Amino acid sequence: MTMTVPVTNPRTGFSVGQYVICLTGIVWRESLRFLHQRERFIAALVRPLLWLFIFAAGFRQVLGVSIIPPYETYVLYEVYITPGLVAMIQLFNGMQSSLSMVYDREMGNMRTLLVSPFPRWYLLVSKLVAGVAVSILQVYVFLAVAWLWEVRPPAFGYLAVLPALILCGLLFGSIGLLLSSLIKQLENFAGIMNFVIFPMYFASSALYPLWRVRESSPLLYMICQWNPFTHAVELIRFSLHGEINWQALAIVLGTTAAFLIGAIIAYDPTRGFIARRGAPAPGGSE
Amino acid sequence: MPITADSPKPALRVADVGHAYGARRALDGVSFDVPVGGFTVLLGLNGAGKSTLFALITRLYDAREGRIEVFGHDVARLPGEALRRLGVVFQQRTVDLDLSVMQNLTYHAALHGIAGAEGRRRATLMLEWFDLSDRRKDKVRNLSGGQMRRVEIARALLHRPNLLLLDEATVGLDIRSRADIIGHVRRLVSEEGIGVLWATHLIEEVEPQDRVVILHQGRILSEGPVTEVVSQHGGRDIRSVFAALTGADRPRAASEAAA
Repeated sequence: MTMTVPVTNPRTGFSVGQYVICLTGIVWRESLRFLHQRERFIAALVRPLLWLFIFAAGFRQVLGVSIIPPYETYVLYEVYITPGLVAMIQLFNGMQSSLSMVYDREMGNMRTLLVSPFPRWYLLVSKLVAGVAVSILQVYVFLAVAWLWEVRPPAFGYLAVLPALILCGLLFGSIGLLLSSLIKQLENFAGIMNFVIFPMYFASSALYPLWRVRESSPLLYMICQWNPFTHAVELIRFSLHGEINWQALAIVLGTTAAFLIGAIIAYDPTRGFIARRGAPAPGGSE
Repeated sequence: MPITADSPKPALRVADVGHAYGARRALDGVSFDVPVGGFTVLLGLNGAGKSTLFALITRLYDAREGRIEVFGHDVARLPGEALRRLGVVFQQRTVDLDLSVMQNLTYHAALHGIAGAEGRRRATLMLEWFDLSDRRKDKVRNLSGGQMRRVEIARALLHRPNLLLLDEATVGLDIRSRADIIGHVRRLVSEEGIGVLWATHLIEEVEPQDRVVILHQGRILSEGPVTEVVSQHGGRDIRSVFAALTGADRPRAASEAAA
């Protein structure tokens, strides 16, 4: 038999439909991987739920929160901490995606992606979108559990928060993507997690309002202000209540663009870190 | 315009390509053509620069010097047009072990803009051709080394490339699996007219009717039809020529000292 594979290939360029096929293919593959790693899903949920059930409950009395926008009344500490936990889910997911990029690179799977004829920036953005889709699924499951714990934002907030989740997911995914280009081996990634995730999370408004931080340490307050995670948390906090924090939106948009451009440059075969380092993956004989 | 053996442009043109990792040069002034159709062997010992060359041809990263064209399309300037005409099998396994055979193939189809139904149709055809139909639903992790390689080759052909690149495709396989893989690839050339660049360090994989490019320490030492290369260097056969040029029959330290 023959494969009926013609040796002609006169096509040029790709149609919009083909771009969509490529994007959905990448999202589908990431979803399959996610489904195959159930423990990853559970871990992603357990982490914020522990903070909500144990940390927030334990510190409810100690860390009382005064009336600050977007809240119109005193809120329980669990309510205050929830947007930060949502952002934490997305931050971990962004880093997890970059971890999978490093894993793919070590295992060789990354080459399948990089030798696709679609523009490399498009492949990277598609990969990011796939990660964001997975993180949003995790967030909504978390919000559903939080609802049972009486953390109940207005009903329209569940929909209003979606654009903020997409944007924040892209921000953290871009940071992860940039980091993944800098890391040669999986072993190095653990250090980056410690030096990125925890400082970003703790030096932000996720756990305590910024006015409290300023009272105790003006320096830490300044660091929190420079931390994009702070603004992602505030964007999510306001969106959950159907409001837009314009300053947070502008900062999240700007930093997303900056990190995304950095990641695309880093993966550029001519200019990026990949090009400069350029060593074949393990297994290559040179 | 249909690409035929009479097309003026070669399937692959590597022109004065050089590359370095820091101060260490991996390729130096490498130039050769791979004609449309036919089986071309890129022959070199481990460390010759074969995988680096494959990485540059497939634009994993750009060559520092020189130019690479696939059917006349500059890989650096028009990577999309070049890459869509290439099918690639890297030395390192690139299949996703946790996905099924069919899922790996349809994922590759999507990466080439081929819709689901068409991707599955082509994948079914390929799996039939490579005697893997009964393994389509199995996770790749559960396949033998030879079967994984066949999946990778089937995958590389899914988007109907005109040129297939294979880097040490038989490394780590037993004799039977090796013969099986080479047999399949040679049939692609004879029955489907697909051009093949086959990188290997195994001299026994070269046939008298092949073209050969001998790469050693980042430089091309000889290239052309096997018979011409043998007569040009006054050897008995390609094995003796390869051994004389590269010191393949001597211990590594001695051959490096001679070079």
